Amino acid sequence: MPKNDYNWQLKGRVRILREILFWAAGIWLFIYCWNIISARTMWPFVYDGAEQASKLLMRMFPPNWPYFLNLIRPIWDTITIATLGTIAAILLSLFVAFLAAENTSPHPILRQLALLIIVTSRSVSSLIWAIILVIILGPGVLAGIIAISLRSVGFVSKLLYESIEEIDKEQVEAVEATGASKFSTLIYSVVPQVFPSFVGTAVYRWDINIRESTVVGLVGAGGIGLQLNEAILGLKWPDAIIIFMMILSLVLFSELFSAKIRKILI
Amino acid sequence: MLTERSENYSWQRPHLIKSKNKRIIIYFLVLAYLIFTFISLEIDPQRILLGLSRSQKYFADFFRPDFISRGESIMDGIIESLTMTYVATIFGIIISIPFAFGAAENISPKPIYFLSRAVIVISRSFQEVVIAIFFVVVIGFGPMAGVLTLTFSSIGFLAKLLAEEIEDIDWSQVEAVKATGASWPQLMTYAILPQILPRFIGLAVYRLDINFRASAVIGVVGAGGIGTTLNAAFDRYEFDSASAILIVMIAIVLLGELFSSFIRKKLK
Repeated sequence: MPKNDYNWQLKGRVRILREILFWAAGIWLFIYCWNIISARTMWPFVYDGAEQASKLLMRMFPPNWPYFLNLIRPIWDTITIATLGTIAAILLSLFVAFLAAENTSPHPILRQLALLIIVTSRSVSSLIWAIILVIILGPGVLAGIIAISLRSVGFVSKLLYESIEEIDKEQVEAVEATGASKFSTLIYSVVPQVFPSFVGTAVYRWDINIRESTVVGLVGAGGIGLQLNEAILGLKWPDAIIIFMMILSLVLFSELFSAKIRKILI
Repeated sequence: MLTERSENYSWQRPHLIKSKNKRIIIYFLVLAYLIFTFISLEIDPQRILLGLSRSQKYFADFFRPDFISRGESIMDGIIESLTMTYVATIFGIIISIPFAFGAAENISPKPIYFLSRAVIVISRSFQEVVIAIFFVVVIGFGPMAGVLTLTFSSIGFLAKLLAEEIEDIDWSQVEAVKATGASWPQLMTYAILPQILPRFIGLAVYRLDINFRASAVIGVVGAGGIGTTLNAAFDRYEFDSASAILIVMIAIVLLGELFSSFIRKKLK
């Protein structure tokens, strides 16, 4: 029998209570963390921050337009680092993903090893790889390329092996039934199924890598980061704003370009 | 017909680019670009050989991670990184919501739409380290610069993806709730939020993960966190401590990944 004073509610009492507890814990943790950070902060500097920022912006004007000419080579290097780094990562990730996917992996131990490579590569950012490589290889574009590719291998392989695991098995069996060798089976049944998503991933990663390669220069691994470091350490703000504008337009260009390529290929 | 031809006919995979001339031109251009860039690399083999022989000792250190001798500062850096990550993600979530509604084409007026999109583009275009340099110059070294950096780059990420979610919303549900005579807050809680909340929580957890990884690098330019400790270890050529820090970071990222996949499973 429906009662007249019955009110429909989205959540039951227990659920509301549980949510209140969850929120309380979240807020308590936030305050706890905030206190830690607050204790390590020089508050006068922070209060002064807005004024400092506006002063900084004032010093950036007028921009040093002719400096643009000095940036052409670093921009070229930045694009090179991202492109070659992505290509190297793609080549490496073909092997790693093949080993990591459950249905193509030749051995469980190799699979665990491949998964370890993926996690390591994904957890350590390209700037840290760059620091290590600059010590080993010396400063230059090569260190940047290898740093970018080491960081990207995990990303590309993870997405690739997940799409290999999701393929349609019947197509594989159909090709196997023709008597194809193991390699041909891979080329004619697995590759066509994962190719579109793989190209999408690769182009997307290239786009991310353009952004990443703008900073590896800070530790000496080539690209526009080197100039940015010089401009900021030398307090040359009219140069710095030109660099910021170049980075912004480079990233926007790469985003448009990768969106276009993905539209054509997929 | 078929039996006659079958002897010298063999099937080939279709090519990616259908026109033969176009294909040759594109392959040629790609090859030319690669050759040209390889020439412009200026690789110095002698320096590499020198570096490799010198770095043998470092590599050996890498396989002997030392958690003890810098244990205190590693612990301290990790805690700083985690607190920075949490605080910045919360700030990012709170600030990104109005920008997301502003950047959703279907509910926002044009001027606000363009303003929100501009903020998103700027926030997404600069790598965290570049933003960190700016904040370190403005408010000085320390974790506060890191918190501001991570907050700023979270805003663009969360607002963009949430805006896409709002644009895909199912309007018939909103109209159904509206037809019951619901007020605006009721409309939000019963029609709009249920549609975007699960995805938004997923995004926020994902961003938490990204922010932790980023908190390890922005320390290199002085914005606090484990990156400061790591950079110091590299500067002192203490590769055993550096390796320990990297192992701790990888372990935390792994735990974070397990946590986020657990949360996403629960949401489904």
